[in-house]
Amino acid sequence: MSSERGTYGVMAEFEDPTSLVNAAHAAYQMGFRKLDAYTPFPIEELSDVLHLHKNKLPLIVLGGGLVGGLTGYLMQYFVSVIYFPINVAGRPLHSWPSYIIITFELTILFAAIATVMGLLGLCGLPMPYHPVFNVPRFSAASRDRFFLCIEATDPMFNLQTTSRFLESMEAKEVSEVAN
Amino acid sequence: MAEEQVIERPESERVIAPGYTFGTVTDQISAVVMTRHTPVFWIASFVIAFMLLQGLLASAVLLFAKGTGIWGIRTPVMWGFAITNFVWWIGIGHAGTLISAILLLLNQSWRNSINRFAEAMTLFAVACAGLFPLLHMGRPWLFYYMLPYPNTMNVEPNFRSPLVWDVFAVTTYATVSLLFWFVGLIPDLGTLRDRAKNLISKYTYGILAMGWRGSARHWSIYETASLLLAGIATPLVLSVHTVVSFDFTVAIVPGWHSTFFPPYFVAGAIYSGFAMVLALAIPLRAAYGLQGLITNRHLENSAKIMLATGLIVAYAYIMETFTAWYSGSVYEQQAFWNRMTGPYSFQYWFLITCNVVAPNMLWFKKFRSSPLLLFISSIVVLVGMWLERFMIIVTSLAQDFVPSSWSLFHATRWDWATYWGTIGFFLVLFFLFIRALPMISIFEVRTLLPQAKVREEVRG
Repeated sequence: MSSERGTYGVMAEFEDPTSLVNAAHAAYQMGFRKLDAYTPFPIEELSDVLHLHKNKLPLIVLGGGLVGGLTGYLMQYFVSVIYFPINVAGRPLHSWPSYIIITFELTILFAAIATVMGLLGLCGLPMPYHPVFNVPRFSAASRDRFFLCIEATDPMFNLQTTSRFLESMEAKEVSEVAN
Repeated sequence: MAEEQVIERPESERVIAPGYTFGTVTDQISAVVMTRHTPVFWIASFVIAFMLLQGLLASAVLLFAKGTGIWGIRTPVMWGFAITNFVWWIGIGHAGTLISAILLLLNQSWRNSINRFAEAMTLFAVACAGLFPLLHMGRPWLFYYMLPYPNTMNVEPNFRSPLVWDVFAVTTYATVSLLFWFVGLIPDLGTLRDRAKNLISKYTYGILAMGWRGSARHWSIYETASLLLAGIATPLVLSVHTVVSFDFTVAIVPGWHSTFFPPYFVAGAIYSGFAMVLALAIPLRAAYGLQGLITNRHLENSAKIMLATGLIVAYAYIMETFTAWYSGSVYEQQAFWNRMTGPYSFQYWFLITCNVVAPNMLWFKKFRSSPLLLFISSIVVLVGMWLERFMIIVTSLAQDFVPSSWSLFHATRWDWATYWGTIGFFLVLFFLFIRALPMISIFEVRTLLPQAKVREEVRG
């Protein structure tokens, strides 16, 4: 750990997605694990080389949907059978076919809310401050430039050698990211 | 160990015009928002819409003061314009969800440049739709009676009623549409934040973007979230108009009590929704010079979907009439005979002209490739679909079982003011949206560029 305390990492700027994916691939092969890429649009191949394909979101959504469905059904059962039973033309109080729609709608509603909450939670958003924004060129990451940042917390990180490694990857510019 | 992907990504060339780069796409779309200059087209449209909105406000004030008697609703036609407009508006919303969810799951990349404003259209159409049941209650401040909550009145909603199902379906639809739309906006809000010049817009977009930085980890979760939301929204959009159709089919009124209403309503919803997409896209792309992003191919594809759903609707009209005849029920037969030859026969044949005859022009490629003709035909379809809802609701209620209780519906000026008022409301919201937020999804259009493809030699 030879990183300076004020350094978040080293960031390289690339002009096209192919060189970014190449660099990310090489960095991952070299053994760097604390690294992240910043791109203006999702790049499938980047998730491949950084091994990012697994996440917990589907489980969270499944949980949300199950909770929603149970809430919907039990709410209707409780209200119609226990709390406020009314005899409508002799129909059974627990007339489950007519409960299906609200059960379905609440399943969808809870699952959708769980998706968004899960997305924000897993991404750690909202995040008012992040060091990568200290790089002046970084605003181009939401326009037309591609960035790769190797973070100082990586055990292999060394300001000089890591910078040199990134420079060798046809980066347009390599800069230190202040913390 | 990622497995080799066997399926090739579909060719994405020709979706947008050649010659764009990541930078120019970003600049062109965000320039509509990031400018002090508001085009004359925007101001003129906004002023007209704002004036129509005043009609809605005036009629709502009068409605609260005097009650629903200011409308033409009289026994037996108690649903009148309010429910007609409700069904019409909510149907229009369906195309937005179809484009954003179903076409995403089907990997139709051409949707990328029209999904954002189509979703906004959904949101605002649902807002207009939601107003009508509320206003139709006459006492909208008591709307919370429809929600199940522990209360001192000791009453609860009846969950066997389709009208209660509707409350849940429409509120879920509005919430999910809003979430889907907002999630789609987050990366573009980041782009606007990074490009904003003045402090207020920088902070506003900054807060809304929540610190989005385009991280690969985030993108991977984001892509999962988009797919999941699309998967969730797909059955939802089909269910919403199904539930709306239950408002009719569960009743035993002749002309309503029919099992094929759900698919018939969903097809009609998508039909009118795509008509609205075209009616909005054609003037917008001309006014903002976006023909390179919303190309003729987009218009043509939308026209094809319109034609397909229009044919389903035409089939439904035929089947509806056939079923009425084949049922042997004199009431069903009478209902349809009255539609075709009775006091509303003019509206009926006008509706057939708009919805069944006119869209057949879309078979011709020449017709489909003319934006002006497409614009006209989309307005014709919107009128036709409004008439369809009017026919279903008014004719069935006006002349049901007992001729002695028959009575016709006459719309008042306040019916029209409320209806046109919601069109104003819709357009006001829509024009505010295109002024303040990117109307085309910037990051999704970037993925359509040929430069966005990672060259093969690196995969290894």
